[in-house]
Amino acid sequence: MLVRIAGNLARFVLSLLAATLAVFALMRVLPGDPAAIAAGENATPEVVAGLARQFGTDRPLPVQYWDWFSGLWRGDFGISYVTRTDISPLVADKVQVSLILVTLAMALALAIAVPAGTIAAVRHHKPSGAVISAASQLGIAIPGFLLGIVLVSFFALRLGWLPANGWVAPGVDFAGFASRLVLPVIALAGVQSAILVRYVRSAVLEVMHEDYLRTARAKGLSPLGALVRHGLRNAAIPVLTVTSVQFSALIIGAVVIERVFVIPGLGSMLLSAVANRDLLTVQSVVMVLVALTLVVNLLVDVLYTIVDPRIRAAAQGAR
Amino acid sequence: MNEEIGIADEPLLRVDNLGIAAGATPLVSELSFSMAAGERIGLIGESGSGKSLTATALLGLLPEELALTGSAHLRGFAPELFTAGDKAMRGLRGDGISMVFQEPLSALNPLMKVGAQVAEVMLVHRTVPTRAAGQRRAVELLASVKIPDPAQAAGAYPHQLSGGQRQRVMIAMALANDPQLLLADEPTTALDVTVQSQVLELISAQVSERGTGLLFITHDLAVVANMCTRVLVLNKGRLVESGDIDRIFTAPAHPYTRALLAASDISATDARGRLFTVDTAAGYVPPALREAPGTAAPAPRRAAAGPALITATNLGRTYHRARTKAFGPRPVVKALDGVGFSIAAGERVGIVGESGSGKTTLLRILAGLDAPSTGSAVVAGTEVAGAKEADLAPLRRQLQIVFQDPMGSLDPRMKVADIIAEPLLVPGRKLDARGREAAVHKMLGLVGLDPESASRYPHQFSGGQRQRISIARALVNRPSILVADEPVSALDVSVRAQVLNLLADLVDEYALTLLMVSHDLSVVRHLCDRVIVMKDGRIVETGDTEQIYNNPAHPYTAQLVASSLDLAEELAPTP
Repeated sequence: MLVRIAGNLARFVLSLLAATLAVFALMRVLPGDPAAIAAGENATPEVVAGLARQFGTDRPLPVQYWDWFSGLWRGDFGISYVTRTDISPLVADKVQVSLILVTLAMALALAIAVPAGTIAAVRHHKPSGAVISAASQLGIAIPGFLLGIVLVSFFALRLGWLPANGWVAPGVDFAGFASRLVLPVIALAGVQSAILVRYVRSAVLEVMHEDYLRTARAKGLSPLGALVRHGLRNAAIPVLTVTSVQFSALIIGAVVIERVFVIPGLGSMLLSAVANRDLLTVQSVVMVLVALTLVVNLLVDVLYTIVDPRIRAAAQGAR
Repeated sequence: MNEEIGIADEPLLRVDNLGIAAGATPLVSELSFSMAAGERIGLIGESGSGKSLTATALLGLLPEELALTGSAHLRGFAPELFTAGDKAMRGLRGDGISMVFQEPLSALNPLMKVGAQVAEVMLVHRTVPTRAAGQRRAVELLASVKIPDPAQAAGAYPHQLSGGQRQRVMIAMALANDPQLLLADEPTTALDVTVQSQVLELISAQVSERGTGLLFITHDLAVVANMCTRVLVLNKGRLVESGDIDRIFTAPAHPYTRALLAASDISATDARGRLFTVDTAAGYVPPALREAPGTAAPAPRRAAAGPALITATNLGRTYHRARTKAFGPRPVVKALDGVGFSIAAGERVGIVGESGSGKTTLLRILAGLDAPSTGSAVVAGTEVAGAKEADLAPLRRQLQIVFQDPMGSLDPRMKVADIIAEPLLVPGRKLDARGREAAVHKMLGLVGLDPESASRYPHQFSGGQRQRISIARALVNRPSILVADEPVSALDVSVRAQVLNLLADLVDEYALTLLMVSHDLSVVRHLCDRVIVMKDGRIVETGDTEQIYNNPAHPYTAQLVASSLDLAEELAPTP
């Protein structure tokens, strides 16, 4: 088990190193010299050359890469060519915002989807099961931002229970932070839970047809008891996979919801950096996203290893 | 219930007029029988005869969409079983009635230690006071079913145990609460022969020690003869005959019973040296009435005199497993180790051995589907070792394979005509569409299928018919070598005889060299002149079939022969 986790860690580190190279290379391939962009359209070549020297973009690529790469380990992303401000504290803020938003939304989505999907599977030939399935189809079809707007117009504008938008750091004003978080988390979790319900349902349905569930029934367990004791952990494996993929996608995919609720997340930061042709900021945000995705994958791999003893001793069948 | 009848006379189980139907289609009808305490009854029949449904109904675990009629009473359990309701039945399941299933790997929860799974059945019925006591009792039970190092096994997950050990775990679980009735649904069908005989022995011993009633479901008549005193023969959901083993197996009254018996008795052959089938069963004489078991000598065979067509020298195949230690070499598995033999043109050779003995790996290498790690294999003039796909083209024409699972090995979205014609599309064979159609029709006729079959899909055929399609596909290109990997192990006995006869006919007609892998020694004995016995990737013995069966030199071969259940031997009066 430890060998496997060590292997996962090694793969994580290697992937991260490869990712820095890939992200750096990708940004250099993009057309447009940062110095020329920063200098403006009417700048003289001397001004551009001066800026390039200042940014360090006139140096050879390996040197630039090493400079950026060594900075990453110190948590230093450099200074934006466009806004001329330090990128690192900005990114740190946005990462915190996005992680809080997405983690809470995924947790809520799972809290809804696991029981709903299980009920839909257990009652798949009864009306109540069909209603859950239909609701999940509908939920997938409703865009998250639409749900967000509906939520705002009802709970914030008509009832006035919650603020319509904005963001307050939890350390500054926790009540304000929490009240501003409720609607966007629900809006994000709505679609996610609709997607997850389908996966939970099919995973549980599959498990219900497994022989070991019949064995559990033959031991004298009740249908629900057999499912809870023997089924859910088995069904968790495919659901875990989907959850991790959705989580990674949502970190950046939350950008629409961030716009609706005026939340300063990572997605919004990337969008405006791209609009401003702020190369180094784009590079930094993409790097952070890649790193987060890799961390999520690492966590899921470790979870697999804990949940499934067959993976733990993956000796069987490997070549 | 029948208060006036004394408890000793009351049967353990009485089933009256059991009927199971899916909508308007009856699956089981008018089935009545009773079982005395400690009696062992065999329930036999082919797949689809309703055997498993009957057992499932007794446990009250039929799928909801099936309709159940009739009644069943278990001694000491007041409610009628079919109307008792789930709550009452829950108290009975695993306590008064328990069940052992066919496939022990899928019947155990892969994420739970086996000790905990055994303990669970006692905790559910509160026959042990605490979890710790349950664990202790589970270890004792694992010891009683003769699992080596039971304390360690209790902490293992199912995938860490062998197939036989898993089935022992299932038996320990089923017997944990000392049930009155044990239902065993094909408990050894998925196991190797040597393991099968051990597991049967274990069930036998445990059941007689505890006085448990046994309802043993199987399609294998030799196993029933070994395990039971009475049989019920089911055909298409109806009881066609019942009675004592000795009577049924020596003087079957119903034609279906006779047919089933004839088809499973692989040591009996008709005048042409072919196995009896359902159609020719009228000429079959049950074993006990023949002079002595085993005297029905298989048909005389041509002595092989041709040049060597397949030559294997020092073949080895190793696999690397995933690391278990961070540093150090990866564990190596030797699937084949120094295997050498030669097969002459026209010979029929059987390869026998248990799962993991390397027999399938060997076949795959000879067929050019896998590359050997060491050594050489020359098949029909082509060296397989180190060959590229292009070099193997002549081999692909010369050698064809029939696989074990006729469902899995046929593309479900291809019509039968296209499946059979596909080998004709190899480069070098220039047949137009009309020529291919003619070839397909000829092959269909040869394997005994209607010409109309050509336009249908595999799922529209039965297992035996699908295996005929596989054989037609294999032979359409007129290969010189036919390789068969367990060609009949997925088939019912009655169908098995037909497919084996077909293979024998075609091998004769096309003068094929046959190489057949099987775990079933009687099948190999019937069809092959020579046997190669494999164990742990090595050849332990090879020689003339009859000689090996009558005089095995290697202890492992002797064990294999002894474990193989033969109907005639099971019924022969023990001296």
